[in-house]
Amino acid sequence: MKATIDQTNESGNKPKKRKKGKHNASGYLFVAPMMIGSIIIIFYPIVASFVLSLTDWNLITGFDGANFIGLSNFVTLFQDSIFLRGLRNNLILLTVVPIGLYLSLVLAVIINKYVFGKDAFKVIYFMPYISSTVAVALIFRVLFHPSDGPINQFLLSVGFENVPGWIASTTWSLPSVMIIIIWTQIGLQLVLYLAALQNIPQELYEAAEVDGASAFYKFRKITVPLVTPVTFLLLIQGLVNSFKVFDLIKVLTDGGPANSTNIPVLYLYQQGFEELRTGYASSIAVILFLILVIITYLQWIGQKKWVNY
Amino acid sequence: MAVLGILFLLPFVWMLSSSFKPEGDVLTYPIEWIPQTWNAVENYREVWFGRSSFALYYWNSIKVTLLTTFVSTAFSCLAAYAFAKMTFKGRDLLFMLVLLTYMIPPQAIVVPQYLLFSSVGLVDSHLGLILLNSFSAFGTFMLRQFFLSINDSIIESAKIDGAGEFRIFFKIALPLVVPALATYSILRFIWTWNDYQNPLIFLRSEELYTIQIGIYQFADSHGAIYSLMMAAAVSSIIPLLIVFIIGQKQVIDGISLGGVKG
Repeated sequence: MKATIDQTNESGNKPKKRKKGKHNASGYLFVAPMMIGSIIIIFYPIVASFVLSLTDWNLITGFDGANFIGLSNFVTLFQDSIFLRGLRNNLILLTVVPIGLYLSLVLAVIINKYVFGKDAFKVIYFMPYISSTVAVALIFRVLFHPSDGPINQFLLSVGFENVPGWIASTTWSLPSVMIIIIWTQIGLQLVLYLAALQNIPQELYEAAEVDGASAFYKFRKITVPLVTPVTFLLLIQGLVNSFKVFDLIKVLTDGGPANSTNIPVLYLYQQGFEELRTGYASSIAVILFLILVIITYLQWIGQKKWVNY
Repeated sequence: MAVLGILFLLPFVWMLSSSFKPEGDVLTYPIEWIPQTWNAVENYREVWFGRSSFALYYWNSIKVTLLTTFVSTAFSCLAAYAFAKMTFKGRDLLFMLVLLTYMIPPQAIVVPQYLLFSSVGLVDSHLGLILLNSFSAFGTFMLRQFFLSINDSIIESAKIDGAGEFRIFFKIALPLVVPALATYSILRFIWTWNDYQNPLIFLRSEELYTIQIGIYQFADSHGAIYSLMMAAAVSSIIPLLIVFIIGQKQVIDGISLGGVKG
């Protein structure tokens, strides 16, 4: 018995040289498929993007016709009105994150009060999240049809006269996209909030009730502060995801009408695979990397300052 | 609350009812939630065995999705175990590298990926699609969390008994994380089934198309026939619904973990 204890202590504190060597070999063997694959399929393309962004390579002239042109892709990019429009659209898209979070939290608080049927609600609100984006986009393409679509027919029948043009109008197309994003994301946010709500000690609410606090006051002073860790993480996730809304916009509007729903990821696709401007598309990729580095940095400092566990 | 729930699902109800209608009735108002004239058999027959055969797209999707799920789970699982329970030089650095890939938007690297794949002949092949989704930072991270929770003393005592690393992994560690494997596999299944971007960019031949590209055929190539579009959409969602209902708890737990842990 004593011998075993000694042995575990020994191997726990000071691994023997010979044994460590053996560990090394099999450890590398285990991570090899993942690491080799990631390096070839993810890291190499990241590095390649940076290199390509400095060239005028396009798929038509091929590699021989490619020239090193320094930063001029970036100069062009920041004078490209479609790209700038896309960046602005993406910034507007970011507002879905707080709106969606607020709605989900309110919903979660209500659902949390029900003892029965909690799981049924989870499944219902989760449906849009697991459904394919292509299917969802196609459904809404018809629902949002400006003249024949069920949504506008309904609005007309209840007395609205100037119904929105939804995805066919330059002013309403982006809000249409935002409505769909909120609809698909609520399930995920709701489930995470429900989990967080269950961890709030019930005594806090009881104490507040004794002091005569209103429901709204309790929501603002107890619920909201105590779910901040979840809010913060969902916020960051939402920000990152809003730069990845490719499928929905591609199928719903393809960036239109008149680029009113174009965003950088879609523009990258259009430049890279429709215009075949490889170098130029890569410079958009580099800008996306930089934006995500900034968000990651914000997450890193925000986690320390803002989340009160 | 129940009313709100139903309202929330109305787009799906509308999709289902439209998929049963003749084309002329899809946009009639007030909406016929229960079709007056049924055209379900004709619609679904056209979708599944008509000009664009959903049967073929289904088969392609099932093949790609199952293989991707298997390969991705296997790779993630091996790496996750090593990152959690083995010691080797540079381990933490390698793990950081894997985590870095989690933030990268897939659109941002697709141009060089395409160039790479076309230089080795992987464009327009299912193998290419499978490889694109096989290296998951999320899977590695998630499974590592579960391996970490295994008590070291179990592994140590197996070592003392003379078991090799592979034996310990397969006989002791792996059986303990089966629920986590199920969770990750289900999520990977859903994500791969729904993947639209990679098939859009990497597939050229119609006989290789997966479901997501297939549905689009009914929206674009055949002049947007709404009833068929909806029948295609219903067909594409059904497998997800089945997987989700069976693995509901796993899906929600898994996504929560990924969400909470970032």
